[in-house]
Amino acid sequence: MTAQIIVVTSGKGGVGKTTTSASLATGLAMAGKKVAVIDFDVGLRNLDLIMGCERRVVYDFVNVVHGEATLKQALIKDKRHDNLFVLAASQTRDKDALTQEGVEKVLDGLSEDGFDYVVCDSPAGIEKGAHLAMYFADQAVVVVNPEVSSVRDSDRILGLLASKTRRAERGDGAITQHLLLTRYNPTRVAAQEMLSVKDVEEILGISVIGVIPESENVLAASNAGVPVILDDNSIAGQAYGDTVARILGEERPLRFTEVTKKGFFQRVFGS
Amino acid sequence: MGILDFLKRKPEASASVAKERLRIIVAQERSTRGAPDYLPMMRNELLEVIKKYVQVDIEAISINLEHDSGHEVLELSVALPDGKPGPAA
Repeated sequence: MTAQIIVVTSGKGGVGKTTTSASLATGLAMAGKKVAVIDFDVGLRNLDLIMGCERRVVYDFVNVVHGEATLKQALIKDKRHDNLFVLAASQTRDKDALTQEGVEKVLDGLSEDGFDYVVCDSPAGIEKGAHLAMYFADQAVVVVNPEVSSVRDSDRILGLLASKTRRAERGDGAITQHLLLTRYNPTRVAAQEMLSVKDVEEILGISVIGVIPESENVLAASNAGVPVILDDNSIAGQAYGDTVARILGEERPLRFTEVTKKGFFQRVFGS
Repeated sequence: MGILDFLKRKPEASASVAKERLRIIVAQERSTRGAPDYLPMMRNELLEVIKKYVQVDIEAISINLEHDSGHEVLELSVALPDGKPGPAA
């Protein structure tokens, strides 16, 4: 059996790719899947921090590609889930340290080891690292913020996914494209200060797989090194939970996309 | 800003401005996706030629590349301004 390869990408930086990769991988693992999450941002490693395993990185992705470590040595087992593993990016090497053949070898190795899902956390931009992260993907999660530059960049990425991937080149059937809208603020949408879910869907011609509301808990989660999906009390965490369920084929209605009037106690004590 | 201004201030519908701008730029970028790199330069040179005869703006020229059963069609359209055409000053 071969692993399903999911790339998390966006074009623009700072929209929530790594936050999404961490929560997606954790959510899939919580659903009982064997999951590896790989940081493709060579030189700017960050997934390890968001996953909370930064002090346990010994070998990285580039070491495996160059044969300096085995896959087994480099995979960091998540402290919360036995079936979740992190492959960190190299912090010292340059971007050219990754090659298409090397990436393919690592992905094949993960398939042989019985992984169900491999989540590839893409670097920003459309250069080599981003290209390699998407090249072998079966599915793509395009992370977009309701903001002009992010929407434009994601359209560019959707175009690249349709043409510059192995599936596209081989004619193996199109890569499944999912649009994930993050940092959504229903109050600002209601005030017509922010593009709505419908606006973004109309402009890009693709419907969303999830909407993650802007939430203070996202920063708190990254501060703590705990993927936000594990924070059951946060709406962002719950929205990521819904998104993972939809990726696994479940139908769930969108939540947290409308303005809710808070009750007095909620306003005083927070939610 | 006085308190009255604050009370009178209406929220700007900046979201609809964003949507309209995005709709146009995304459509334009999609129409030239996968097109040769020389296309923008060609567009500018064509504009220069057209300008010798009619006063038009760069936005009046649109270039579309369409794939039609095995061959590519380059479509160029120029929206001419109202009024009588004549050489630009």
